[in-house]
Amino acid sequence: MNNPPENDQLSIAKYLRQDRLPHIWCAACGIGPALNCFLRAIDKSGLNPDKMSVVSGIGCSGRVAGYVKLDSFHTTHGRAIPFATGLRLANPELKAVVFSGDGDLVAIGGNHLIHAARRNIDMTVICINNFNYGMTGGQVGPTAPYDVRTSTTPYGNFESAFNLPLLLFASGASYIARWTVVHLHQLENTIVEALLKPGFSFVEVISPCPAVYGRMNKEPDGLDSLKNYVKRSIIKNGADPRETEITQNGPIVVGKFVDIIRPTLQENLAKVAAKAKKPSTK
Amino acid sequence: MPKVLMDGNSAIGEAAIRAGCQCYFGYPITPQNELIEYMATHLSRRKGCVFVQAESELAAINMVYGASVVGARAMTSSSSPGISLKQEGISYLAACELPAVIVNMSRGGPGLGSIAAAQSDYFQATRGGGHGDYRTIVLAPSSVQELADLTIRAFDLADKYKIPVIILGDGVLGQMMEPVEFKQEAPAVLPVREGSLRGAKGRPSKIIKTFTSNPAELEEINWSLFRRYGLIKKQETTFETFMIDDAKLVVVAFGIAARIAKGAIRNVRAEGLKVGLLRPITLWPFPDEAVKEVVKNVNHFLVFEMNMGQMLEDVQLSLEGKGEVSFYGRPGGVIPTPSEVSRVISRLYYQKGLK
Repeated sequence: MNNPPENDQLSIAKYLRQDRLPHIWCAACGIGPALNCFLRAIDKSGLNPDKMSVVSGIGCSGRVAGYVKLDSFHTTHGRAIPFATGLRLANPELKAVVFSGDGDLVAIGGNHLIHAARRNIDMTVICINNFNYGMTGGQVGPTAPYDVRTSTTPYGNFESAFNLPLLLFASGASYIARWTVVHLHQLENTIVEALLKPGFSFVEVISPCPAVYGRMNKEPDGLDSLKNYVKRSIIKNGADPRETEITQNGPIVVGKFVDIIRPTLQENLAKVAAKAKKPSTK
Repeated sequence: MPKVLMDGNSAIGEAAIRAGCQCYFGYPITPQNELIEYMATHLSRRKGCVFVQAESELAAINMVYGASVVGARAMTSSSSPGISLKQEGISYLAACELPAVIVNMSRGGPGLGSIAAAQSDYFQATRGGGHGDYRTIVLAPSSVQELADLTIRAFDLADKYKIPVIILGDGVLGQMMEPVEFKQEAPAVLPVREGSLRGAKGRPSKIIKTFTSNPAELEEINWSLFRRYGLIKKQETTFETFMIDDAKLVVVAFGIAARIAKGAIRNVRAEGLKVGLLRPITLWPFPDEAVKEVVKNVNHFLVFEMNMGQMLEDVQLSLEGKGEVSFYGRPGGVIPTPSEVSRVISRLYYQKGLK
């Protein structure tokens, strides 16, 4: 394998465990471009990569923890966020980034996701949303729009999807953005902002899954999905999260939706510790 | 009915439908995805039947819990790490004396392990698995036909004894395709268990609960559970013997390992070694009487499992110090070939001076 030149300033090679390549992702999968943006964002953010930890759950996106050359953890299915919470609180110097998929973060891990947002723990979550469980063969995901075909909804999805920006907004996240993998520059810049944002930051990445979800929904080539994203995307920074629902053929609203200042869990913990140290007035 | 070629996971799905399964709740995990997909395609279009993909294994087992409370035949399936998540629900089902069928297409562990076939969930399955003093019936098929037959039996046993029943398969059984024959048609009317929660019209209202503040009362509940477990042991213990009549050495193996052992035994029989097989089909209740019967004529046992020696303990307990037990185990999802196992058998056979 040819190693990219090490003096290349933009090279992300230094952040990849190249002995573990080639990766498992299918041709035209969206996780690779999203990972590329994340690694470039680390450089751009100026954060010390040696003080950063990547935590992933299970699934195709969960493989990211195995490929990045940072201290990383591949955890139990759905529990990446509680794991990162423990890691972050026990070692406050480490920046925690959770990189995982919609099934892992929102279905089995949904409870942890909303509680982490409610606590506003200082952490960045990058959620690859490809609407299905790609690794296990394309079962319906919690973000799959109504009526789409998956291997467990062969007659059309009979459930409604989570609108993630709205869910995260209601739960209290400080920073919420969504891009597709055709918006590479925006995605990269957004991840930089998310990494630097104090509190809970959430970046949703709409991503093709040509091998299973695409094949069952008339987008068998990843390029079909990308063209579809170009056609359907509407950039609307500051959009009301109530208007960001994704339907089977409707518009995909992308942009930065929420960027607010709220006390973080770490700040509140410090405050309460200081209060507890004061002698009782009774 | 003619035989059809099916993978093990799909065969369980078809058998469950024919057993009158009304509700299936599952969650994706390899190597049992064909089962959840079979139910999504075939159960969901049957009148009165329901397929839902749950948001987690915990949700799925509790949906089964709810469906069982109202008297429906309900099933869920998963693989080892997912079965660990279901243990809370299984404990509650056992406490409430509710039937349910839980399929474990087990894989290598601990942790996330691998997706290859393993038998390392024996302890978890046969010792209850969750918290508290309870057991579940554990059925261990070793072919696709047996997966189908035991699925139907699992629903019947669950209803008869009001107990969760575990079908303990593995990645190989779930994925491999074999001809299978379904011996019964799906019922025209879905069975509903009597005495379930379906509204209190014409009878005093009931409450399904597992909390008892009075320890004496809870003790009585535990006694009653174990009286029933005694009955199950007496009436439902099943096993298979193979070439055992003149055997000087008996291999004890279950599930896919027993299938491998059979091939190995045929190999060594061709070389004139007198070796037989005892295959427990119910892992709980364990066929300890069968082991006690075998040791009357045979002194040497080889327990072969795809783990580090779990059923081994049940064999040793059954033998009560009699006979000599050796063990061959392959953990982590490694599947030995019949010729590897036959080498182990013949080495042991000569070492023990049996020839």
